[in-house]
Amino acid sequence: MIRFSHVIKEYPRTGRALNDVSFHLAKGEFAFLTGPSGAGKSTILKLVFMEERPTSGEVRVSGVQASRVARREIPELRRRLGIVFQDFRLLDDRTAADNVAFALEVTGAPREGIPAKVSRLLTQVGLASKGTSYPRELSGGEQQRVAIARALVNDPMVLVADEPTGNLDERATRGIFQLLRDINASGTAVLMATHNLELVRRSPYRVIEINRGQIVYDSSDSVESSAPVSSPRPSN
Amino acid sequence: MRLTLREVGLGLRRAPLLSALSIVTIAFSLFAFGLFGLVALNVSRALQDVEERVEIRAFIADGTPVEAVSAAVGDIAAFPEVARVDILSPEQALERARRELTEFKDVFDADFLPASLEIRLKPGFRDPQTVRDVAQRLETYRFVDDVRYGEDWVQKLYNIRNIAGASGVILGIAFAAVAIIIIGSTIRMAVLAREREISIMRLVGATDGFVRRPFLIDGFLKGIVGGLIALLLAWLAHAAIDRYLIQTSFFAPSLALLGILAGGLIGLLGSAVSVGRHLR
Repeated sequence: MIRFSHVIKEYPRTGRALNDVSFHLAKGEFAFLTGPSGAGKSTILKLVFMEERPTSGEVRVSGVQASRVARREIPELRRRLGIVFQDFRLLDDRTAADNVAFALEVTGAPREGIPAKVSRLLTQVGLASKGTSYPRELSGGEQQRVAIARALVNDPMVLVADEPTGNLDERATRGIFQLLRDINASGTAVLMATHNLELVRRSPYRVIEINRGQIVYDSSDSVESSAPVSSPRPSN
Repeated sequence: MRLTLREVGLGLRRAPLLSALSIVTIAFSLFAFGLFGLVALNVSRALQDVEERVEIRAFIADGTPVEAVSAAVGDIAAFPEVARVDILSPEQALERARRELTEFKDVFDADFLPASLEIRLKPGFRDPQTVRDVAQRLETYRFVDDVRYGEDWVQKLYNIRNIAGASGVILGIAFAAVAIIIIGSTIRMAVLAREREISIMRLVGATDGFVRRPFLIDGFLKGIVGGLIALLLAWLAHAAIDRYLIQTSFFAPSLALLGILAGGLIGLLGSAVSVGRHLR
């Protein structure tokens, strides 16, 4: 599904952001990506949806190799991923339904099928009655639900979420996290970057901790790892 | 295409002031260029009118048989530089002199005036060197007494035309560059205002072509509308000058159409460059 092999990423101005990062996210898996700010979490996610390319090493996502992918193939890859951000990234002048529909329209999906699919997705994220609301009329949690509905339009194999609960209060956080768990339970892999250690501790999912551009802990059995640095795992 | 046009419409509705500002900026940039174009066009026409008066006159010796002159006329008309050859009899020469020069108005005997050949040259062959060459060739005809062509005047006219041409090219490039820079910056502002939208489009898997298309159409339309307004302003300026100052020419319809299309093209290219920066 997602495989990083000895990935190094250097930026011209800020230098090395990732240093020899290797991990594998399997089909249907749920994994947290944790670590302090600037550790390299967002860089990993950008490499996943190929906003960035590795300086060396290999990133392979859903069979697509970053080192070989042509620029024109990247949109196709992104349609197989669902991407969610902390700041929702909704189009403010479109309703919730239009925001979700937009992601279908850009893929050239048949027009007649779009309303039904949008309605089904808004129902799935618990916003059946908010389709005609504009983002400014929705709470943070609701906006994030719209963003998640949008991320699901193309039935992605993996949902990539960069601090999806970062702007939400505790109740909304719980709601969004439950939604992500439900999505994962239906077979979609989830890679979620988060600062919320409480959420991580309470969950049974895999944790990949990154610090200063290196993986310092991976709870997956398949990876040799040392003890976590900043997020001690509770005994399950 | 339906989706692209909807995005164009949304873009215009979302920021009507910015769109209007873009169109007005494009219109005034093109208007300034158009005004320069009008001046250049009229100066060029005026010089062309003067240039058409460049002529060589070969005076024919008395007693030359008509057949010899006629044969020579055919010969001279075949020179690649020559547009037209006319024979001017002494009577015609006197008639013209009486018409143009007051001191001849009481002269009725044409015998003292020689017959002559009037040679006009084709456009592009009116420079001093060519005129001199043709004059020298005419001097080789036996029946030709003298050849005159106002050497100083031809040289001065040639210099003025060169200066006007060079100034026109330099100023034209400068005006065009300023127009392109201003229009480019205006469109860049409009694209920057939609930066977030572009990033969202890319995020949900829109192809570069899909993202680019509405901006290209938007830039092209703004350029066309700006070009139309600029043309209207230029026409108003021309009409006012024509009515109150001096008679002037306006652009031919094909040139006006070309100007509008140039506006559209600058808008299109400006958009392509600005959006391209966000797609890297």
